[in-house]
Amino acid sequence: MTYTVGTSVRIKAMSPLGHIRTPHYLRGKTGIVERVLGPFKNPEQLAYMVPAPTRTLYRVRFEMGHIWPDAEAPQDTLDAEIYEHWIDQDAT
Amino acid sequence: MENPEHRWHDMGGDAAGPVPMDSHDFAIWEKRVDALVILGQQRGHFTVDGLRRALEDMGEQAFESMTYYERWVAALNQNLVEAGVYSLEELGAKMEQIKARGDTYGAVQS
Repeated sequence: MTYTVGTSVRIKAMSPLGHIRTPHYLRGKTGIVERVLGPFKNPEQLAYMVPAPTRTLYRVRFEMGHIWPDAEAPQDTLDAEIYEHWIDQDAT
Repeated sequence: MENPEHRWHDMGGDAAGPVPMDSHDFAIWEKRVDALVILGQQRGHFTVDGLRRALEDMGEQAFESMTYYERWVAALNQNLVEAGVYSLEELGAKMEQIKARGDTYGAVQS
């Protein structure tokens, strides 16, 4: 699945044991694809020296008020780089 | 057991306290660790991701009790052992050999 700029996406809420690249505070949250960064070898496999196929990396933009209920400036945004296998299309 | 939904190193959102603004000076052994990290990656023995994985797996206790380069050298060692660059038997023998040089060996370099 590829996502275009502006698509609303939901970060998967999974928590597999091991080296992962998605911060806990973004799991289960929704954001907007800000840009498509291209293919990169999956660091979650590079970390264990096993074959690491490329995955598309996206920059996803989140609203601070959505991530932190008590955010001082809820309208501010946070950009995070998230690999495709952590992303689902937002159904809502 | 560590909570897989929020592992200790995943600190975003935690209270952080003030940022120390003092400058650092590095001992020669710390510079050597830095060089080994670069060389080990150039040789294809491990990746920066593997170093991070080892650091994360050391746990919060290591973060509080070890210095920055002490944690780096531990992560470097784990990755080099996993890559088969040397065995723990070889490492142990070398450490004994260097210990026999005495406490003051290398003091002028640090």
